[in-house]
Amino acid sequence: MSALLRSLALVCIGSALSAQTTLIRNATVHTLAGEPIEKGAVLIQDGKIAGVGRNLKAPKGATVIDAAGKHLYPGMFDAFTQVGLVEITAVDVTGDRTERGDFNPQMRTAIAIHPASEHIPVTRANGVTHTLSAMRGGIFSGRAAIVNMDGWTWEEMAIEADGPLVVEWPVIRVYPEDAPSDRPKTFEKAREEYDKKVREIAEWIESARHYAQAKKAGAAVNRKLEALLPLIEGRQPMIVVAERARTIRNAVEFAAAHDLKMILAGGLEAAKESALLKEHAIPVLLGPTQQTVPDEDDPYDELFAQPGELSRAGVPFAITSEQYYLSRTLPYEAAGAVPFGLPKDEALKAVTLYPAQILGLGDKLGSIEEGKIANLILTNGDPLEIQTDVERVFINGHEVSTDNKQRDLYEKYLARPKPTP
Amino acid sequence: MGKDVTAPPDATVIDATGKFLTPGVIDCHSHIAADSINEGSVPVSSMVSMEDVLDPEDISIYRALAGGVTTANILHGSANPIGGKCVVLKLRWGKTAEQMLFEGAKPGIKFALGENPKRKGKAIHPLTRQGVNDVIRDAFLRAKAYQAEWRTYESEKTRGKRAIPPRRDLELEPLVEILENKRLVHAHCYRADEILALIRLADEIGFKIRTLQHVLEGYKVAPEIAAHGAGASTFSDWWAYKVEANDAIPYNAALMTRAGVLVSINSDSAEEIRHLPQEAAKTMKWGGLSRDEALALVTLNPAKQLMIDDRVGSIEKGKDADLALWDGDPLSMYSKTLMTFVDGKIFFDRAQDEQRRIEVAQKKAALSEKEETKP
Repeated sequence: MSALLRSLALVCIGSALSAQTTLIRNATVHTLAGEPIEKGAVLIQDGKIAGVGRNLKAPKGATVIDAAGKHLYPGMFDAFTQVGLVEITAVDVTGDRTERGDFNPQMRTAIAIHPASEHIPVTRANGVTHTLSAMRGGIFSGRAAIVNMDGWTWEEMAIEADGPLVVEWPVIRVYPEDAPSDRPKTFEKAREEYDKKVREIAEWIESARHYAQAKKAGAAVNRKLEALLPLIEGRQPMIVVAERARTIRNAVEFAAAHDLKMILAGGLEAAKESALLKEHAIPVLLGPTQQTVPDEDDPYDELFAQPGELSRAGVPFAITSEQYYLSRTLPYEAAGAVPFGLPKDEALKAVTLYPAQILGLGDKLGSIEEGKIANLILTNGDPLEIQTDVERVFINGHEVSTDNKQRDLYEKYLARPKPTP
Repeated sequence: MGKDVTAPPDATVIDATGKFLTPGVIDCHSHIAADSINEGSVPVSSMVSMEDVLDPEDISIYRALAGGVTTANILHGSANPIGGKCVVLKLRWGKTAEQMLFEGAKPGIKFALGENPKRKGKAIHPLTRQGVNDVIRDAFLRAKAYQAEWRTYESEKTRGKRAIPPRRDLELEPLVEILENKRLVHAHCYRADEILALIRLADEIGFKIRTLQHVLEGYKVAPEIAAHGAGASTFSDWWAYKVEANDAIPYNAALMTRAGVLVSINSDSAEEIRHLPQEAAKTMKWGGLSRDEALALVTLNPAKQLMIDDRVGSIEKGKDADLALWDGDPLSMYSKTLMTFVDGKIFFDRAQDEQRRIEVAQKKAALSEKEETKP
């Protein structure tokens, strides 16, 4: 019994088990909570940041890392991905991404995150220490999971196992999605289908509200409606995937009318709706900057320039990879916005502090401050720049290996003897 | 070219203080400017050509120019072991398809190994890597016989005999051109085994593979690739999207370069083509290539692979003035293209683009106003 209690306690603090104490000193500490600290030190205890400053003393028995000439940053947060949910795109059975049916709010993404996925060590080796991994597809896709890129089990990985519900906002589609060359429907017909789907969403929300009342009166558990309670009670936002301006507008108007907290994800045309997003205080988990500009007559740099525009408009946003095998390119998705108007420090915050704040984890992650989870990376320069190496990675206060399948293959074939002719 | 070049009286002078000028970027694997990609109904589709389906108004051409690209190798798809004929384009945006053709560039042809030719159209041959190799062997044996027919005819003709010419075979003709070094083979491939099998087949038949495309496991057989003399044109860091891409590593380009293979980084994508130098920079991080080696992956090396390096790929006196001007180090994430020149003419100018988008926005606004006030 005591063993069970202990393991529950460990799950609750979301930490991978240890009372290790480490002092990293002599680094340039980029806290993101103020100016960088030259020759700074960070004390890590019990998986948390226990001190940040210039003259920290190593407690007895602490591991001391001298990081002279190196830079310490908060680990990066890729806040909309499928890391751990898909191994090989083309092989369906390696993916746990989409469940059958449109309304699956009871699906828990977390329980199928594969801790032994080859993608996890590859991702963290480039400085991404935690991700939001999400089921997609249908309309209520499932509850997203926020996880560390380390842990023996998904429970140990979890920062928030049951995160926000992911909602794929319906699109008015005149061409069927799976057969774009088929004959188009009339707009009226497509609109009718769209309206029906939105009515269904409204019905689910309404049912959940009734359920909340009925439950107090002792009604039996309905798992799907139960999963909607955090949303309708305002305890959790929903992450709504919408790309084009009209879809974004539709989703925002629905959320406002039904009094639901919303985070926009994807947001291919978010900047076109920045006034609306600001008015309703809706933050954005923006998709990658390096994706094809949607319309022929849009500026070629539309998606490179969009983060800068959102920043100037005062809409809170994070930049995400929306990926699994290229989650490690997250820093470049952010940096790509800099030459087109996003300040450098904002680009860095868009993959560290801002996603944490947007997801309600601003007190736990995203900057180097006392009390936060010790997810840190030690680099030889600016982590958003391609030529920078991430040299050491700390997750939950533990140093984790930057080794991965790809480096193993590199070393193996680097050592291949010259073939004899 | 140099530190002290005096402007002739009628020259336009561009002050590029603090800027970077590089050779125009060259993409050795692209499908932009093409109306269709795959003739997948037959195992050997060498009779079709990308030249016939060029779309000079594809916006991707302009967007590539906005990433400093001046030349692209436009390839057929990978649906069949031997695919269609390819063309090299200069991105002369605004010109006709014919005017975009890179004059004198050797024509190419696409081959494809592995999952794509196995997978596409289950009703057609082949279904295995062995089958893919067999289709290519069979086609070349037929091409050799066809070549012999023509040689007999030509020799009889020169000896004054009354000979009847063989019927032209549009499937085999391009393969004879390969045998006679008149057409470059660009072979889509992934796994080390299929790469080696194609090299051995080519050695046996007596033709050269000009480039191995994608070649994600090229690092496993890099010495064999170097010995054959094939170039390799690969992605910077894509992997895991299919089984044959599961052992792909971002160190591939560096490992092959160190083994003596001529390597380029390509896009195969209308998006990726817009930031190729940044893709090339990943080989400095993963594998330790030098700055010059990295930049050459998207300039001089693809020019050599396409055998157009006498014209483009570096900034040298006498070469075509295909250039890209950047506001910072093109290998940095923090830089962007300011101007792109093809044949000495400006085909992309960021300042002009910014001006034009204002005009376009005004025109659009005027049009929609007109629409709204329609009686």
